[in-house]
Amino acid sequence: MPKQIFTSREFLLTGAIVLLLAIIATRFPAFIAPSNLANVFNDTAPLILLAIGQMIVILTRCIDLSVAANLALTGMVVSMINVAVPGLPVPIIIFVSVAFGALLGMVNGILVWKLEIPPIVVTLGTMTIFRGTIFLLSEGKWINAHEFSEPFKAFPRTELLGLPLMSWIAIAAVILFSVVMSRTTLGRAFYAAGGNPHAATYAGIDVGRTQFWAFTISGALAGLTGYLWVSRFAVAFVDLAGGFELSVVAACVIGGVAIMGGIGSVVGAMLGALFLGIISNALPVVNISPFWQLAISGSAIIIAVALNAQANREKGRIILKRAENAT
Amino acid sequence: MTDTTRFIPDRLQSPLERRLKSWETLLLAVAVSIFIVNSFTSPYFLNAWNLSDMTFNFTEKAMIAFAMALLIIAGEIDLSVASIIALASTAMGAAVQIGIGTPGLVLIGLGVGLICGAFNGFLVTKLGLPSIVVTIGTMSLFRGISYIILGDQAYRGYPSDFSFFGQGYVFWVISFEFVLFAIIALIYFVILHNTNFGRAVYAIGNNPVGAEFSGIRVARVKFILFLLTGLMSGVAAVCLTSRLASTRPSIAFGWELEIVTMVVLGGVNILGGSGTIPGVVIAAFVMGLVTFGLGLLNVPGIVMSIVIGLLLIGVIALPRLWEKWKS
Repeated sequence: MPKQIFTSREFLLTGAIVLLLAIIATRFPAFIAPSNLANVFNDTAPLILLAIGQMIVILTRCIDLSVAANLALTGMVVSMINVAVPGLPVPIIIFVSVAFGALLGMVNGILVWKLEIPPIVVTLGTMTIFRGTIFLLSEGKWINAHEFSEPFKAFPRTELLGLPLMSWIAIAAVILFSVVMSRTTLGRAFYAAGGNPHAATYAGIDVGRTQFWAFTISGALAGLTGYLWVSRFAVAFVDLAGGFELSVVAACVIGGVAIMGGIGSVVGAMLGALFLGIISNALPVVNISPFWQLAISGSAIIIAVALNAQANREKGRIILKRAENAT
Repeated sequence: MTDTTRFIPDRLQSPLERRLKSWETLLLAVAVSIFIVNSFTSPYFLNAWNLSDMTFNFTEKAMIAFAMALLIIAGEIDLSVASIIALASTAMGAAVQIGIGTPGLVLIGLGVGLICGAFNGFLVTKLGLPSIVVTIGTMSLFRGISYIILGDQAYRGYPSDFSFFGQGYVFWVISFEFVLFAIIALIYFVILHNTNFGRAVYAIGNNPVGAEFSGIRVARVKFILFLLTGLMSGVAAVCLTSRLASTRPSIAFGWELEIVTMVVLGGVNILGGSGTIPGVVIAAFVMGLVTFGLGLLNVPGIVMSIVIGLLLIGVIALPRLWEKWKS
């Protein structure tokens, strides 16, 4: 049993993160001051939220490339609502953002479930459609800081026990989904549908419907993040969070989520997101141009996926397993 | 990712019936009707020079789409093609700065494309990693290297004879790019439909394990396909760089989606195993006509991307809806 803990992906990743922090600390001790680490965590909160949703989708052998576009569209919608009705209380705004995001996720889910269109095609398509819709809604204009109401902007920064609400939401999501994934029928269905769809079907699990719920959850989290993002940075525009879907997939792959489905954990996805978050926050500190960011996250994806494949290979190879993977 | 069920019909359709019901015929009808609609809605459409300009909308993308079609038929995908263009273009731009002439530039462009393709092929075939994640990784990595080299700068100063590839005309309104596009289409038609290699590509896409047992060297064929896709990205990089006469790291951003859309629109099964080159050629014309026609009507690029997204989902969804409705 202890051996399992020490070789688990979560343990190795925690080790890698500690090592990374130690290396940065040798040159810039201020980076690992608790207040700065809290800032890094807060900066990474959107990535953590999206990575949790993406992990669930990948578990069911799908992929959701529309999350960043969903985030931007929902962000624009709640911003426009706020501009039109400044008095609307924040809880209602949050409810709208979750519901609207979930609705967009359901569009992906329906196309994958009912029409059996490959998820990558569906979400590539909806990604461009969502972005285009933002342009149609906003006519290409930006919504800037002075146009938002004060409570709308203040919510994610409000501090509770020394941490901003944004961080608390990420922590709450990690706990909530850890419980959902390990203690509910739906959570176990996600693993079953991805681990072995045929066996899942015989066990009475509707694989398509499980995938539909995965997309819905991913969409709801993207919508929530959309509100948090526009309120924190106090700006909404067409290209908001452009290309962010790749960082989200990267966080999952680094966090040990197997792209073939069935393997992954909420904590792993969170650690993967934190790993990327620490790197992007540390680059300016150690005086490396932010232009390195893209190449570094690309290399991280490739190395992580190679490590994942290595780890899964050790469990013993069966000829039929290869045939199954190839299709 | 999802399973395909293949039905074996009681009797075969007659050759004429099969041809009339084929995807290519349907697509050709779409292309012709878009052409007719366009010539009615804009007085500038039916002009030889305007139509010649239109071809630049798709020639470079289509060159890559042919190689991508083979790759997708074989059950793999390459999302890094646009980033290969960026890296190849950056390498050519750097070479200009140290005074390398046009023949050298072309060799460098093609060479970088081949190296990137070989890198993808190595990761997928030698390490056995899933191509979708690998190429999402290399997509960040290749463009990331361009960003590291160029940052927010641009390379200019290409020699004047280099401009022939993207701006030269062979005869009257027939551009060099269009001729190259036609030649490449012909070469890929012969490769896919008239050689053992082409049959091997279909065999691998339909049943990789079966192909392996029939003596096809699956890994080698896939490696060659990644090489070809890299090479075509290099060719497209030469044409595009020559046409724009400058290089920025954001060059060809988002093209991978349009290229995949073109291939899928051309009737290639995203899950592998079927598709034709004539289909991709017609799809290239359809996409070129749509974007050009909307451009003449002053529709902004981002709204066109909605149309592309709807096309991508629509062409796959409609036949499936039709099947469902019939049964």
